[in-house]
Amino acid sequence: MQLIRKYLSSAWQALFGDPVRAFGVVSLILLLALAIAPAKEHFSQWHSYQRKYLALIHDRGDAPSLRRRFVPGIHQTWLPELGVVDRCTTCHLGLNEPSLADVSQQPFRKHPVVPHSLDGFGCVICHGGQGQATTVAEAHHSERTGEEPILPTRYIESGCGQCHQNALPGTPQLNLGRTMLGRYGCVHCHAVTRPDGSKVEATDHPPTLAHIADKTTRAWVFSWLKDPQAYAASTTMPNYKLSDEDASDISAYLMKSSMPQAKDTATPGVKPAVIADPSAGPSLYGESFCASCHAVQNAAGNVVGGDLGPELTRIGNKAKPEWLTAWLENPRVYDATTPMPRYRFTPQQVATLATFLQAKSDSDYGSGIHLDAASPQQIAHGRKLIVELGCAACHEINGVQRPEKFAPELSTIGSKPLAQIVFLPGMEHTLPNYIVAKIRQPRAFGSSVKMPQFTLTAAQTDALATALLALTARGRAMPDNLRVAAVPETNYQPAGHAGKLIAELACLSCHRFNGRGGDMAPDLSWEGSSVQRQWLTDFLHNPNTLRPSLIRRMPRFNLNDSDDKELTDYILAVYQSPVIDADLAPVATNPPDAVEHGKQLFYSKYACQSCHIVDTKTDKGYIGPTLTQVGSRLTAAWAYAWLKDPQALRPGTTEPNQNMSDDDARALTAFLMAQKAPGGRGAKQ
Amino acid sequence: MMRRFTARMTFGTSTMLALLTFAAVTGCKHSTPAHAALKATAQGTVLVETSGGHQVGVTGTALKDPLVVQVNDDHGTAVPGALVEFRGSAGVSFDPAAALTDGSGQATTSVTLGAIAARYDLSAVTPGKAAPVSLEIVETALGYQERVGSILADKYCSRCHDSESSPERVSNYDNLEVKPHPFTEGSTLNKMSDADLTSIILHGGPALNRSALMPPYGNTLSAADVKALIAYVRAVADPPYQPAGTVYARK
Repeated sequence: MQLIRKYLSSAWQALFGDPVRAFGVVSLILLLALAIAPAKEHFSQWHSYQRKYLALIHDRGDAPSLRRRFVPGIHQTWLPELGVVDRCTTCHLGLNEPSLADVSQQPFRKHPVVPHSLDGFGCVICHGGQGQATTVAEAHHSERTGEEPILPTRYIESGCGQCHQNALPGTPQLNLGRTMLGRYGCVHCHAVTRPDGSKVEATDHPPTLAHIADKTTRAWVFSWLKDPQAYAASTTMPNYKLSDEDASDISAYLMKSSMPQAKDTATPGVKPAVIADPSAGPSLYGESFCASCHAVQNAAGNVVGGDLGPELTRIGNKAKPEWLTAWLENPRVYDATTPMPRYRFTPQQVATLATFLQAKSDSDYGSGIHLDAASPQQIAHGRKLIVELGCAACHEINGVQRPEKFAPELSTIGSKPLAQIVFLPGMEHTLPNYIVAKIRQPRAFGSSVKMPQFTLTAAQTDALATALLALTARGRAMPDNLRVAAVPETNYQPAGHAGKLIAELACLSCHRFNGRGGDMAPDLSWEGSSVQRQWLTDFLHNPNTLRPSLIRRMPRFNLNDSDDKELTDYILAVYQSPVIDADLAPVATNPPDAVEHGKQLFYSKYACQSCHIVDTKTDKGYIGPTLTQVGSRLTAAWAYAWLKDPQALRPGTTEPNQNMSDDDARALTAFLMAQKAPGGRGAKQ
Repeated sequence: MMRRFTARMTFGTSTMLALLTFAAVTGCKHSTPAHAALKATAQGTVLVETSGGHQVGVTGTALKDPLVVQVNDDHGTAVPGALVEFRGSAGVSFDPAAALTDGSGQATTSVTLGAIAARYDLSAVTPGKAAPVSLEIVETALGYQERVGSILADKYCSRCHDSESSPERVSNYDNLEVKPHPFTEGSTLNKMSDADLTSIILHGGPALNRSALMPPYGNTLSAADVKALIAYVRAVADPPYQPAGTVYARK
């Protein structure tokens, strides 16, 4: 102790003993203190990146111009209306330098081409991270409260989705994710409101369970609840991982609460005397194009067919024969809002198809299940479970109300603070990781989590995560002029008796009319301007193939003559294009020389035969509709308008706009209108 | 004076020692091979690509199909239980990064490409009997613009330019008298300048004295669309497209 004191006092004496020396020492200390700031800047991370950048461009051919554009110091993009303060360009120096597109040394590579200017939008809007930070650790990896690490590239499309509520052509992953929110029924439980206030609507069609006992057995319901994917690999119904007792009790309640469906009085029941024709089953299934909507798992394990309706691989295990017959007869009796059309099958056809479908069964499926009759306590327990699990959020169930706000709202899930998330042990603390893990294994986050297990591929999970990450607080705070609204589905409903027919045939399941309907088949909003009366009548009566390369086709609905006429009249009268005037047809008569000139234009100047067939002997084009009978199908006014500008009549059609002169279009129209069916359809024999 | 000197010396050595140990530990950690837990039971001498090469994916996302390689011995018979390690440049990740070949001699991994849009040279390596055997695999990652191009190509072009047919999507290639060039055909397309490709897309085949079967898309596609299409054609060209580069005046 003594020694230390002695040393200290001698040091003090040595430094400050003499006033002049003291002045010198204090000056030195001051000088050092003043040097701290410049030194800190000199040794800072961004400064070293700027030096590396200068070294990188030193030997390049365009070094002088690159060096001229290089500004030392901290760079900042400040966009007050977007809340952007980004200093990323301090280190990412080559973002706007076209010649640095080949540089693989980051952070100097040129930014890939995107539709927006980097100066106009900054970086963090799309990439996340901390724009104000000037070190890599803080900018890219910060997990502090209110901050978020940078977004991994695989979810980058979520950045677009903050402003663009519509489906962009360049963001397939985001678009798929958004479709899935509706398709997989996420929004039945989780409310999702877009920044413009519109709600994301479910697009699946969970069947009503109010009459479930008419349709199937308790044993099937039990095995379905235990593992839906074992029955149908492609079903969107999630697995609730129920115990045998719970599944048994729920099935008991569903059967108990089911009420028999009122008998359909409008259509006479199928007489049991009708004999099915088993050999005609497969061809009837094929002719009716059931596979356009329903899938079947083939021997190789692939699910083949459409996904509009349920998979039918094991339908025989599920459906009761009498229910299936009644359903094929008229599906709207059991479910008034089903997307399935009423085919108007003959009793013989119904019996044939029912027998064919009933044979689609798996003898192993559900074998060995024996359920004892349930006690009232068990039934009550089943109801309790249904309420707890939220089954009624999707399905109509007698005696259970549809729960409101059953699961957390997800409208701003993309901005969920990391501090509010309980991560699994060993998991990287980022929001995308959490969302993906929650979708993949919801029950891993605790046994009390109600969210069921969905069966999704990795790509689907990523797509869903992308759509969810796009729902940010920033997106909601965006100025309105920057927001691109989603195109909402209209609530268009065709009117009158024809409207009823259109609903019964479920035309809107595949076709689009006035902004509502499916996308499997062409938009028919302007069909009345497009086609000729006789062709339409014949087509509705017996649809023939227009586009040979498509595998989804219009089925035949066995319409009677009056229904056929009713529909034809309605379509021709109502679905008219405002831009096409049939009375102003450019070719009232077809002078032979115009037809000949049109033929030359067709084959040489415009080479239409690369995609279309007019002469089946020589032409092979396979992309567009076959035109052998186009003169009996299209109106001249439509054909002319189409040739002039196809996209104006059908946005997004692949036929290019050839910028035809009026004369060329007129001659081609004359040639096309001369292509009548050989003595047949349309020419009215 | 002497004491102070030794003190400094010991301090120096201990620091050095500490540094060395630290370096050794971290170095060790760094070089811990991914296959530490895998015990190879056999060795092969030839690596063959089974499937999953030459895929076109998107930056930062997993490729659609897994990469499968097969280990064979000198007689061309598959070797089960051989170790295969997958390697790629920075940003590329494999799941798993190393695997033992299965009963049919194949090792499978899922590949996620890096964030840079480029052609990635990956390799699969197996220890082999005498020296390690490696196999080069090429995958391509598309950036935003190239992918927009690929979506447009899918919609407007590939029905004719791609001879691959599937039941869902029948190719029109065989129906055409003059055969279109597949977009991967670098031997032809690499020789065409961006200006040539632009004018053939905008004005159709006759613009370059080629077949009229190629229609003009100038009134259908936007300028950005055409640029995207060309970027896509350049990205998938095989052999790879080498831009001519800019010529700068040197002082």
